[in-house]
Amino acid sequence: MADYEAVIGLEVHVELKTNTKIFCHSTTAFGGEPNTHVCPVCLGLPGVLPVLNKRVVEYAIRAGLALNCQIAGFSKFDRKNYYYPDLPKNYQISQYDLPLAEHGFIDIDIEGQTKRIGITRVHMEEDAGKLVHQGSISTTPYSLVDYNRTGVPLIEIVSEPDMRSPEEARAYLDKLKAIIQYTGVSDCKMEEGSLRCDANVSVRPRGRAEFGTRAEIKNMNSFRALQKAVAYEIERQIDVLEEGGRVVQETRTWEENKGITMSMRSKEEAHDYRYFPDPDLVPMIIDRDWVEEIRASLPELPGQRKERYVRELGLSPYDAEVLTTTKETADYFEECLKSYPNAKIIGNWVMGELSRLLNAGNIEISLCNITPGQLADMLKLMDKGTISGKIAKTVFEEMFDSGKDPEQIVKEKGLMQISDEGAIASEVDRVLADNPKVVEDYRAGKEKALGFLVGQVMKATRGKANPDLVNKLLRDKM
Amino acid sequence: MELHYMTARALHGMLKNKEVSAEELCRAYFSRIENLEEKLKSFITLTKTQALEQARRVDAKIKQGQEIGPLAGIPVAVKDNMCTEGVRTTCSSKILYNFVPPYSATVVEKIQGADMVIVGKTNMDEFAMGSSTENSGFFNTSNPWDTGRVPGGSSGGSAVSVGAGEAVVALGSDTGGSIRQPASFCGVVGMKPTYGAVSRYGLVAFASSLDQIGPLARDVTDCASLLNVITGHDPRDSTSAPGGYRDYTSFLVDDVRGIKIGVPREYTGGGIDAGVRQVIAQAVQKLSSLGAEIEETSLPHVEYAVPCYYIIAPAEASSNLARYDGVRYGYRVEAPGDVVDMFKRTRSLGFGSEVKRRIMLGTYALSSGYYDAYYLKALKVRTLIKQDFDRAFEKFDLLLAPTSPAPAFRKGENINDPLQMYLSDITTIPVNLAGLPGISVPAGFVDGLPVGMQLIGKPFDEGTLLKVAYSFEQNTDHHKQTPPL
Repeated sequence: MADYEAVIGLEVHVELKTNTKIFCHSTTAFGGEPNTHVCPVCLGLPGVLPVLNKRVVEYAIRAGLALNCQIAGFSKFDRKNYYYPDLPKNYQISQYDLPLAEHGFIDIDIEGQTKRIGITRVHMEEDAGKLVHQGSISTTPYSLVDYNRTGVPLIEIVSEPDMRSPEEARAYLDKLKAIIQYTGVSDCKMEEGSLRCDANVSVRPRGRAEFGTRAEIKNMNSFRALQKAVAYEIERQIDVLEEGGRVVQETRTWEENKGITMSMRSKEEAHDYRYFPDPDLVPMIIDRDWVEEIRASLPELPGQRKERYVRELGLSPYDAEVLTTTKETADYFEECLKSYPNAKIIGNWVMGELSRLLNAGNIEISLCNITPGQLADMLKLMDKGTISGKIAKTVFEEMFDSGKDPEQIVKEKGLMQISDEGAIASEVDRVLADNPKVVEDYRAGKEKALGFLVGQVMKATRGKANPDLVNKLLRDKM
Repeated sequence: MELHYMTARALHGMLKNKEVSAEELCRAYFSRIENLEEKLKSFITLTKTQALEQARRVDAKIKQGQEIGPLAGIPVAVKDNMCTEGVRTTCSSKILYNFVPPYSATVVEKIQGADMVIVGKTNMDEFAMGSSTENSGFFNTSNPWDTGRVPGGSSGGSAVSVGAGEAVVALGSDTGGSIRQPASFCGVVGMKPTYGAVSRYGLVAFASSLDQIGPLARDVTDCASLLNVITGHDPRDSTSAPGGYRDYTSFLVDDVRGIKIGVPREYTGGGIDAGVRQVIAQAVQKLSSLGAEIEETSLPHVEYAVPCYYIIAPAEASSNLARYDGVRYGYRVEAPGDVVDMFKRTRSLGFGSEVKRRIMLGTYALSSGYYDAYYLKALKVRTLIKQDFDRAFEKFDLLLAPTSPAPAFRKGENINDPLQMYLSDITTIPVNLAGLPGISVPAGFVDGLPVGMQLIGKPFDEGTLLKVAYSFEQNTDHHKQTPPL
């Protein structure tokens, strides 16, 4: 089999979290009874006109700058014409040949290396509504339409075809999401549809300069799905070529249940969108001073934050990368650092126990029961010797479930570490007396035997004995 | 004099002096409408109940001694492509036969805010596409001067309602001449203001970059008064001009001395009816005798205006009219097979043939592979036409031309010849392409049919147009003639 190389580009749609829609005053709030977040303008009733929400332009510029783009001085909206019942005007107001932002990039970390992925453009457009079918789309007797989402502002971020593997595509999407979240212009929740992603995939024999024929993959509903779908599509195209076939230009849909991509429409069936400038909107002249004002207000972005963690906090690049991947995690980490100045220890707890519990419960860190201050308090209890590391995990789980302060939990459950030599000594004596064989092994030079004896003492004190003290006493008495 | 041929200005005096009440005035107009409607068919929907309520509110104000505005209590007709909350708005199309808007157009709010009394919604060419009102999806409207002839279009119903005394003033919309040409055919004053001077919010779009709402009236004074009411910045319309508005009645001065008027030779030669040419020549003479300085000029690119317009307007229309699909409102075909079938048959049966012709023209012009050759080229021609006007206005204060190449034609005469129909707008279309203000005022008669003179002004210089039109009117009596009804 020949050696193939994949070429991947992503088109990502992100909903901007402005209070009102892009061309009217209706709310952008997610959910709500169907067709309650609407007005004549977003319903596209006869005679209505769009008026641009300036905040949308501001947010789009913010995202563009964070993605290292050049912001256009002159930009305009165009109509993208196609018929679909979720599109009330049967055209979408979008941007065609003069997008708001172009020529950007983001850096991703892949196998310890930094790789730069180009951003072709960032443009603004309005979202469509949602069809509600009775069961499957192909068998439903009728469909209902909910226009609540119609007119919610979107930016479309188009990458250059710079990615070469599903892992790179995933890393790009992770990083893109992090950057956008940092700018505060979107929640980027794939499950609520505030982040959506299509992939353009082609393959070519390694070393060849020209691209192969690409397929556009749609309907990927999670980051994992993106990675799986791209991986599948690469294999599929390689198989086609290996069997002497040709890859056809088409749009394919990812079938999550079957784990395959399926043809949706061919190039011949592709829409002719008949783009033309929207005569209801005037072109935008973008003031340079405004752009600079927005640039100056950008927060520290994940790349900068990561560098700072390595430089100032002495964290490893890996730890710094993990901690800065989402803004919420990094904010949590830094909040905790204010009360407990040991970055490494906090980092271990955040990336370890906390992350494990959040994942298991499928909980966002922002909704976590444990405040950063409480985590700091618990770490201080460990330092003071009030609780052992082992007990700390129990306390932490209890904090996670109940939100109670660590001191309270320790008190209520009697988890205070026993550091009284007398109390521990009696247990030590008993364990030594009960295990003469093990004691003999230890004396014969088997260090491992000590571990067993420590375990026995800990067990007898329900984990509360100070492990350092137990070790010391055991050694002394043997 | 009978109430139904009086001007708003005269009626305002009578209302203030309590010689007539607003309710009496309203009832008088409705009885006129009831007498004439069978013959003329100007209206699609009459709003008598709301009109009487509004008239009584005005009477209450007068009774309480409150100051009333110059158009308070004045019966006004509204073209049926302007949304009226709670009142059916059809655009003369089967596809909107049952559409009752939940909101009102800005102009409708403005005329209601001025205490005007809306008598009804007027007939028009479907979606304002046409020049004779014969493209109405419901019925034809007759010219009051000769009921065998068309009233012009697309604002035919509005022009007839004013010309025949069914309303004192009316609102029309003008995309390529749809106010000025029917005003000319019906012997009334009609103005298309500068693009951006009147909000388009609530005007059902035909071609967004060309559409403009404007007044129709019995004389220039009423036209200026109504213009005062409807112009102004509207934050709901991104193309609405932020400033440049004036009290237009302040321009009503009988003095044209020193005003420089250009007459484009493209509109005085062949292609223009001999009778019309003569009327225009006499009008030129009249203005000249009053002291205006008149010279021939040229607009070399206007010969391309009609083809340019018939690319741009249908292109925008093909997109604007895409929303009529049976999903949300209006007509929906019975028992559709699936959604695509519903779209196709709803639109096939809901739209009339002229609308479908233009949707196809526009769709074609915007299609991949044809965009540059048609749409983009047309935009360039549009710029050349604008530049022709810019150059002319370096020398002249305004331009003068016939409003239409011929007087009202017979019903059915052009209906099977769309190109001939399109050419009847040859003198009005360039003004829309350039976004300029234009007014048609009665200038004479040819074989008993009224002929309008068109004055074209600089952007936002409606004032000079009104001044010259007013002076002409003060020194002629064409506008005082009434149709033989």
